[in-house]
Amino acid sequence: MTNVTMTVNGKSVTREVKGNTLLSDFLREDLRLTGTHVGCDTSQCGACVVHVNGEAVKSCTMFAAEADGAEVGTIEGQANADGSLNVIQQAFQDHHGLQCGFCTPGMVMSAAALLKDNPKPSEAEIRDYLEGNICRCTGYHNIVKAIMAASGQDVPAVAAE
Amino acid sequence: MYSFDIQRPTSVADAVAALGTDEAQPLGGGQTLIPTLKQRLAAPSVLVSLSAIAEMKGVCTMDDGRLSIGGGTTHATVAAEASSYPALAALAGNIGDPAVRSRGTIGGSLANNDPSACYPAAALASGATIVTNAREIPADDYFQGMFATALDEGEIITEVRFPVPEKGAYMKFEQPASRFALVGVFVAKFSDGVRVAVTGASEDGVFRWSEAEAALSSNFSADAVPAAPSGDGMISDLHGSGAYRAHLVGVMTKRAVAAAS
Repeated sequence: MTNVTMTVNGKSVTREVKGNTLLSDFLREDLRLTGTHVGCDTSQCGACVVHVNGEAVKSCTMFAAEADGAEVGTIEGQANADGSLNVIQQAFQDHHGLQCGFCTPGMVMSAAALLKDNPKPSEAEIRDYLEGNICRCTGYHNIVKAIMAASGQDVPAVAAE
Repeated sequence: MYSFDIQRPTSVADAVAALGTDEAQPLGGGQTLIPTLKQRLAAPSVLVSLSAIAEMKGVCTMDDGRLSIGGGTTHATVAAEASSYPALAALAGNIGDPAVRSRGTIGGSLANNDPSACYPAAALASGATIVTNAREIPADDYFQGMFATALDEGEIITEVRFPVPEKGAYMKFEQPASRFALVGVFVAKFSDGVRVAVTGASEDGVFRWSEAEAALSSNFSADAVPAAPSGDGMISDLHGSGAYRAHLVGVMTKRAVAAAS
């Protein structure tokens, strides 16, 4: 067992973890932050994407012990201070960027990481960035629209229309 | 996963010492090793994480013009910072997906030597030098077959030094599910000749296509690329037969030369 201390959504947490505890399991089981979803557990699907020191990572493919000292951000920390949805979350709602919602935490976290580095991405850049986030409901078009809208751009007519 | 302890040394010396433990294994970015551990295909007693070793991270240009990349440098950092070697930066920026590139490292990729990984093609085509805690290994001696390298037990890649070619390009025919190369070809044109390295195709892992190197060294154009090699010894699986992969070697080489010209 190892002691790990990290900042999760702005709060410092310290827990004792096993060497093989994944960051996703640490967030879900130890901290009960179950908004981070585990879809495939093989780093394909991206439902488990969180931010570690500002970078998007797949939390099912990183050990909790490796996040010692890190700033971790999860979907639970995305809402505005007053509890209202942030601009990305609101855009997903407005543009029907989700159906079952399972992939949505990862999609929102990936979108936030993209917009931090590239505040006005093109449609192609959004699709490219979401390569590691799989959605089996929407066909992606409305997710792309939501991210375009969240970045303050006109929402394009996309292929499905 | 089987249970194991995890250690996070902050210097190469401490990492090497930790790797002296029985059944200890180094952990780079974990983007291959962690899935392997989940499948219980590896059972280390101790994982020695290299991610906290600052001296193994970063990109810089050496006095002799070579590009030096720390073994613990992530693909995302190489993509962003290796601008003096655009073909290498582009290769790094197209590995896996963004979240994988935030964690995966060049040293981890080269140490694993997956037969379909991208970096082995770059290292071999560039004539890179693999620097470890103990020695310097030329790329031509380093790759020894599928998942096999010249590394000894407990030896870690601290740095990779890339000569920067006059022209170069990497073309990957992507296997869309895994995002690995079904076939990838790296072409590098130096003043004294052209080197062509192929990943994803051979059952022996990354290799230099010497016929193409000879032809391109006298005429660096896509038309000069010779007929595709034979499919014998090429990987054959549900994603493509050996003959298909061999055909792709020719196609991707032409595309790489065209992109580099």
